[in-house]
This record gives sequence, C-alpha cells and structure tokens, in this order.
Amino acid sequence: MLLIPCPWCGARDESEFTCGGEAHIRRPADPDALDDAHWADYLFMRANPKGSHRERWCHSHGCGRWFNVERDTVTHGIVSVYRMGEPPPGGDGS
Amino acid sequence: MTGQPYRLAEGGAIDRSRPVGFSFDGRRYTGFAGDTLASALLANGVTLVGRSFKYHRPRGILSAGTEEPNALVQLGTGARGIANAKATRVELHEGLVASSVNCWPGPRCDLGALNDLAHRLIPAGFYYKTFMWPHRGWHFYERLIRRMAGLGRAPEGADPDRYERMNAHCDVLVVGAGPAGLAAARAAARGGSRVILADERGLPGGTLPDAADTGRLGETTAELEDLDNVRILVRTTVTGYFDHNFLIALERVTDHLGPHAPAHLPRQRLWRIRAGRVVLATGALERPLVFANNDRPGIMLASAARAYVNRFAVLPGRRAVVVTDNDSAYGAALDLHRNGVEIAAVVDLRRNGEGGKPAEARAAGLQILAGHAVVDSRGRRRVRTAHVARLDDDGSLTGPVRTLSCDLIAMSGGWNPAVHLFSQAGGRLRYDEALRAFLPEGAPQAVRCAGAINGAADTASCIAQGRAAGAGEPDDRAAGRVEAASRAPWAVPARNRAGEGRRFVDFQNDVTSADIALAAREGYQSVEHLKRYTTLGMGTDQGKTGNVAGLAILAQTLGLAIPEVGTTTFRPPYDPVTFGAIAGRDVGRLADPVRRTPIHRWHEEAGAVFEDVGQWKRPFYYPQDGETKHGAVARECLAVRNAAGVMDASTLGKILVCGPDARALLNRIYTNAWDRLEAGRCRYGLMLGEDGMVLDDGVTACLAGNRFLTTTTTGNASRVFAWLEEWLQTEWPDLDVYLTSLTEQLATVALAGPNAREILAALTDDIDLEPDAFPFMAWREGRVAGLPARVFRVSYTGELSYEIVVPAGDAMDLWTALTGPEHAVTPFGTEAMHVLRAEKGYLMIGQETDGTVTPLDLDMQWILSRKKDFIGRRSLARPAMRDPLRKRLVGLETGDPATVLPEGAQILAEPPSGVPEAMIGHVTSSYWSPTLGRSIALALVQGGRDREPPTVHVPLDDRTVRASIRDPRFYDPDGVRMNG
Ligand SMILES: [Zn+2]
Repeated sequence: MLLIPCPWCGARDESEFTCGGEAHIRRPADPDALDDAHWADYLFMRANPKGSHRERWCHSHGCGRWFNVERDTVTHGIVSVYRMGEPPPGGDGS
Repeated sequence: MTGQPYRLAEGGAIDRSRPVGFSFDGRRYTGFAGDTLASALLANGVTLVGRSFKYHRPRGILSAGTEEPNALVQLGTGARGIANAKATRVELHEGLVASSVNCWPGPRCDLGALNDLAHRLIPAGFYYKTFMWPHRGWHFYERLIRRMAGLGRAPEGADPDRYERMNAHCDVLVVGAGPAGLAAARAAARGGSRVILADERGLPGGTLPDAADTGRLGETTAELEDLDNVRILVRTTVTGYFDHNFLIALERVTDHLGPHAPAHLPRQRLWRIRAGRVVLATGALERPLVFANNDRPGIMLASAARAYVNRFAVLPGRRAVVVTDNDSAYGAALDLHRNGVEIAAVVDLRRNGEGGKPAEARAAGLQILAGHAVVDSRGRRRVRTAHVARLDDDGSLTGPVRTLSCDLIAMSGGWNPAVHLFSQAGGRLRYDEALRAFLPEGAPQAVRCAGAINGAADTASCIAQGRAAGAGEPDDRAAGRVEAASRAPWAVPARNRAGEGRRFVDFQNDVTSADIALAAREGYQSVEHLKRYTTLGMGTDQGKTGNVAGLAILAQTLGLAIPEVGTTTFRPPYDPVTFGAIAGRDVGRLADPVRRTPIHRWHEEAGAVFEDVGQWKRPFYYPQDGETKHGAVARECLAVRNAAGVMDASTLGKILVCGPDARALLNRIYTNAWDRLEAGRCRYGLMLGEDGMVLDDGVTACLAGNRFLTTTTTGNASRVFAWLEEWLQTEWPDLDVYLTSLTEQLATVALAGPNAREILAALTDDIDLEPDAFPFMAWREGRVAGLPARVFRVSYTGELSYEIVVPAGDAMDLWTALTGPEHAVTPFGTEAMHVLRAEKGYLMIGQETDGTVTPLDLDMQWILSRKKDFIGRRSLARPAMRDPLRKRLVGLETGDPATVLPEGAQILAEPPSGVPEAMIGHVTSSYWSPTLGRSIALALVQGGRDREPPTVHVPLDDRTVRASIRDPRFYDPDGVRMNG
C-alpha cells in the first residue's frame, strides 16, 4: 500500500485516495475540430510507461483535493507530488 | 514417564509439572505445557499423523516449524473447526482435539491409499490430461476428487470468535526474534527508534540448540521488554510485505489457550504496520534430501530432530541414520547421540566430509559413511530400514546396497534462506553456487537482511549482522557463510534401471523428481509453467521445503544452470491468514454502514418492507392486513392514480451549486441549456460521461441568480458530487463555483395524485397553489404544516405532484402531518414508484441505463442542446452512435396481457429454433400495471421503435413469449395529468 504525500494533508495511506489515471491530458478546447481518431485518442489512449509516470490522484477520503503524483511504475517510489496547475518539478509537463 | 515413552527424563523447555491432556484421532494422550502438538505426539510414539494429498501415502512429521508440509491436522469441531493446522506449530492446551486429514476412514487404514498402488496412472498434469472431456463429466469427477483429496473440513456455522485489526507505525520493524533479530531490535532501540519486534513463535530466542546461547538471548529479551520504545509481538507471523514498507502480520492471540482464553481477548489480530525501516531476520529453512521413499513417517529434517530432542526433550526415534550433504546435520547427530539415540551411521553425500564437525562426530564414536547416500527406505507406518550405497564421482551409485535398521532418518539437504518477505518487497535474489542457495541482493525499499537469511551459519555472525542492521550501520553480509563444498546430486539416483521408489520433492502436493522431469520433457520448461502443471509449491506450505530442489532438478533436466531457470514469484501470504482476521470487525451489522432517512421509524412502525438502495434502507411497499407484495403495490399505485399518495424521497442526492460561474458549470455538465432558467423554476437534466453514455439524471432548481439546487439519483449521489468536483478542480479551475452536499441535511417528501393540490392547500397558507401561479416545473418557498419548506412541482409518477423539501429535523413532523387521517393519503414505496414511472415510460438510471446507453438510444434528442458544448457531446457525433442496429428504448406489450416478463430476459427476432442465435435486446423493466390492468415492459432492442416487423420473442425457461414493440409511454402520453 503506497504512502502518498497529499500536498494539503501530508502522508496518508493509499486507501484514502482515488487514482484518476494519467495526468496532463487536457480536454480539447474545441472538440469539433478533432476528427474521430483524435477524439478517441483523447478519450481512450493512455500512456503505460515502465518507469516514471505522472498521474492524477484525489484525496477522496481526506481533503477531497485533486493533485498530481509522479510515480515510478517499477519501484512504486513516489518521485514528486505537485498541486493542480503547478508545473511538474521535472519539467516537460505540457 | 506418564505414558510418554519417547520423553526424556530431564531437559527441554517444557514444564513437566503441568501435564496437558489432548486427543488425536479419538485417542487420549498426555503432553506437557510447552509442547507443540507435534512434539507431544512424538513423545507418545505417534509418528503416523496423516496421509498425503494425492497418493494418500502414510506421512509423519517432517519439520518443527511453519514450513511443515505433512503433519496437517483438523483442529477443534463445529464452528471452531480449523482445517489444515500445522501440528508443528499448534501449541498444546488442555482439551485440544485434533484429527488427521486426507484419510478415510483413518490414517492407519485409508481407502485412498489405492491411489498409491495406481500411481503410474496419476502422472504430472493428471488432472489436466484426464478430466478435459467430456466437460460435463467434470462435475462427476470433481465430487470424487474432493472426497478423496479431503483438504480438511470447513468450520460449520458462523465464526463465534472476535478478530481485531491494528494499525501501527514504527521506525524499525524487526521480523524474527532469533539472535540476529534480537540484536537488531536492541541496537535500534538503544538508538532511540520506535521498534516493533515480531516473531511467529511463542517466545523470542529463535531456534538455537545451545542452552548457553539461549540464556544470553534471554537477557537481550528482558532488556527489550523493559524499554518503552519497543513492542514485542509473539505468535505473530509477518506474512505480507507490500509497497512503501507496509507489512501485514497475523497475531494469534488466544489460539494457544483454546477454550480457556479470557473472553476480553480477540482470537487473532491483523497488524497493518508502516515501518520506516525493516530488518528481516527470518532465518533459513532446511531442505529435505530427495531419495526413493524419502517420505515415510520417521524421516524428518535433521534440524527438526535436533529441536525435538533439545527443546522438547523428545526422542524422535531410538536408532537413527543421519544423512546430509553439509556440516549442519552433524550437530543434530551429536545431540541425538548425547541424549541416548543410537546413531546407526552418519551418511555424508560428500566424499570429502572432513573438517571440524565430522571430526567431532568421529571422536564421539559415530560411524561416518562419506561419499555415500541413502537410496531407499522401508517401513509402512514407520521407517524400519535405510538403504545406503556409495556415490561415484559423477553422482551415480556404485557397489552393493547396505541395509541399516533404524526408526529415524534425520536428513539435511542444505538450507534455504527465508527470503520470502524480501522477495515480496521487490528485492532481487542471487543464486550463490557455493552456498547452493538464493540470497537477498538489492531491494527498492528500506529493508536490510541479517543472519541466516544472508547465509550466516554461526551465531556470532548473526548477532553482528543484526546489530549493524538495527543501528543502520554497514555490515559484512558475507560473514559466517560456510561453503557447501557439495557437488552432491539434487536427487539421489534410483537403485536400479526401473527407477523404483518415488523420490518426493514437494511432500504436500506429492510431486516427485520424476514428475518434474516428465513435465520438462513435455515442454513445461519455464519454472512458472512447471509449478502450475505439476502443482509443485502450490500447497498451503507454498513449497517452503521443496521449491529449490524442484527447480534444481528442472535445471538439471534441461541442462541449464539454476540461475537460468530462476525462481517462481514469492507472493503474500508467507503463511495462511484466516478470513476472520482479514474481516476483523467488518462483519454482520458492522460490515457496511446502514443509512436511514429521518422518517425511518415511521416506516418501520407502519410495517414497511424495506429495499436496500446502495446503503440506504427505503420502504419498498407497506403491506396491510396480510396483503401480498402484489396486492400492496397495486393498492398503492391505484391510490396515487385516483386520489393521493406520499413517498419518502429523502435519499435523493442534493447538491448546492453556487458561485458566479454556477450556470456555466451546469451548461458544461448537463446536455441541455441553463442560461434562461429563472429563480423559482426547475429543469430536468441529463448528464453524460465524456464517452457519450448516460451517467445520471435529476431536476435542478434555480434558487436565486447563481444558486442552484441539483438533485441526483439515490445511488449516484456521491459519484455525481465527485464527478463535478473532478471537473472543477482539474479541468476548469477558472470556474468560480462551490459545491455543497445537502443530501443528509434536507429531507424530501413527494405528494402525488389528483388530490395533491387540495391536500397541500390544507397545510399551507402562504403558497399560492393555483396552476397559473404555481405551474409545473416551478418551485415556491413557504410554510407547509407550519414548517419552513421549499415546494417543487415536479413529477416522476405522471400525476399532479409536489416534492416538499424541509430540513431533515422537520421531516418526521411534515410526514406525520401529511399522513394524518383527515387527508386520506396513502404512503407508497419504491416499487409502486417504479411501476408508476414505467407506466409513463420514464427511464430509471441503472435500470434502463448500464453505461452503454446514449441519449440517442433513449430517443431523448430533445434534451441535447445544439448551441453549446457539453461533456459527451463530441462522442455522440461518432458514426457508430447512429448505427441503426444500436439498441434503443421501446415499450413491450406481451401477447397475453397476464404475462409479466422477467427483467433481464433476452429478446430474439425469431422464435428459438434450437441452434444458438444472437439476441437483439433485453427487458430492462417489467411490471404488472394495476392502472392498465395488464403487464407492461421497457426494453432495449436493436432498431428500437423503427423495427420491422414489430414482433419479438422472449424465450423463458419453459416457453417463449411473443411481444410487440410500442411507444414506451403506456399511460397519459401527453402529460395532461401532471400539467393539470
Ligand atoms: Zn489531503
């Protein structure tokens, strides 16, 4: 069970959180400008890297806030956490 | 010796002043306090304790610990029965009742032993090969197999015991309280760390044979017990090692006390421990040797023989053959010899069995047969002879076979460091050729290993490593390792070409070296495949004794090195955990919270039958004077249609949406437009997932300019709240909106029926109920029955209807006023509500929708705004969404109006012809309509109402029902009644 450092509450057990999957996927500003394939990309396609992965998590059984977690999918080590809207500490968040 | 013929007169850590009576297979015996069931049975001369799983071979006690594969017993009776308890770990208590498993009628005469004679018919993969066809036959075979396999008996009745769950945090968790673990705990504690020390045995101190060493460890234990920053957990097995140093341990609090356990204690505790650092001092487990008939009662691990004689003062036999491929067994031979066991020979597989230990044995007068092996054994219920032959340089047998009479064979095939938890932690293992063992290597978590788990073979090295690991200082991990100079074969060759005599590798699952070789020849060359095909290591012992020899034999067969074959994955639990401990207090009434509305007590007193909706208890219907469900629901429906009914709708989700951008949020979330909704008005809304599928629906009222009260379905209240929060926080942080859940703060009572206006008028004097002043889909604030209330004119029944919302604390007063005898209002439950809405063709979320249904499928194009974007809109534009073969919502009318279709029934285009055919839809809702005097149903059917011909067929168990597709609005399609 991961120990996740909520940026608002501090380190808490994973069971207090909900994982929202890959972070930094923006909803297209004009969905109509996308063809079906690109819309499907936005809707369904997610990265599944071996190693560093940026994810959204919500402290659903705590403060209720969403935030970002950079996690190593091999070691499950948490590299960093940062609030919504903040750039990832490692850069390249697009 | 009080009927314990194999008990020594003195010595051991047992209390001879406290005899303990127990029974095994119906016979009474006596042991002493401090005994395990295994040591007490051995003291009484009982060596045959059960039968093996597959061949029902007579089996005895192999080990003295958790790794025991053979001596599994049924403990206790009735609801407290425990299957597959390890006799080697069951602490004896007065009145203990145990019996053999895997045998019928008993271990001395077992019909299943016929399998042993037929073993050539039961090779590896037998189950897969034999029972594949015909598949219907499996049901027949399975019953036979279960009976013969006899994996113990499940307890009968509800578990009468209490279990607790503990959460603990510490700086250092030390697993194992042998020399290394005690040293680690002391070093960490002296450094000021908060320490938890857990050990599966009843006392700290490990398994040292030497009394002086044990005494020194006692001093360490006493020091630790006095420290406030140390918690010692005995009878506690750390059984799972998860991410971020989170570990699970099972503490057996009262199992060793049996019926004498104090009532205030739980039977077991499940510890959930988060540790800053972990020190694994889990020791090592001895391996059996693989030779023909190595599984007879009386053949045990050398370390176990030593533990029985030293710790329990029990002679595991009177004349022993000790057989080993390493030095450690010489200590066992000497200890047995000192305590009066005649040593027939020490058989050493190594040719160069010289050095300190063998010399000591020779000096004591023991006969050592170096370069020899035990190749076979005889004896049905107990071993009688060991057969010994010389081993050639290339590992083959040579010369004559000598027969040594004995009643004990103590064997050692080397040691497996107990790396299970280390591996669970994500640690890498390295096969060490010199030690013939897998050793811990790098780990991604804060974990250190100390002692025999690192291959250390002497107490001083264990203590040094433990001290360093506890203090967090560097250490010499290689200290104390003794090379296994052995080139001894992993499996001793057979005596003759016929290869007679099975050589067991996995005792619990009856896997032999021949099974492994056969599986390799048949192509099961990955160790993971081998495991599943032969069931090697898949018993309750998870192959603690047999796995390494098994994969060494696989490697040998394939001509590979052991590291190339690798190990199977070590998974939690290290040792089985009871379901009771996992459930803890989350059973019965505490399994899940129960939510009750503020009017619940009234419903109860009125005799309501309740329905579970999520965690809520909702009145399902209110039977009167022996009414059936059918009768009650019909009465309630007709009352609403013809007079007035009242329903507790307090469970609906209620979310206050306010802030300057509240309207913008509603526009993005709901499919319809919210720009022009004025204060005092309500609107029905539908929300979709981004994939275009219907998520939820409900009515939203504009309370003031940018304050809205949104309702959700009962089951989706928290999901919708989380959904809105997620969009606001992650995608639209620029929107200035605040959400507040009011689900439990507000109660809702629906008053429905042609008399509703008249009844409400009698209860309010400050709300103008005239249709022009208070039209459909409007809301008004005022007092109802003297209580401050908001009244919403909405309808889910199709009748003139008001939903009256009051603070939860006022709900009972409101309900009591509405149901007063002067109003002649009928309380109705959720089932009548379901019928009434189905008569109107209204969808119910979760019934007509299942996450694959779009608004287009529901013919709800009217609610999709064309002037704005909303969540899910783009997905609806995909061509597949307009596929004419998508299932769409229809009404269904059965040919026979009395036939009520079962919900979920499949729908076919043609009557079934006997060959499989595709279904074109299914029934989503189906009821008897008392209003219409016939059955009605809603369904999702390919092509929907455009389907031609409109006749479909619904196959049931005993017949096929014809039905025709129609408009789903069965009653008042134009809504005259609710608008009136
Ligand atoms: Zn938080």
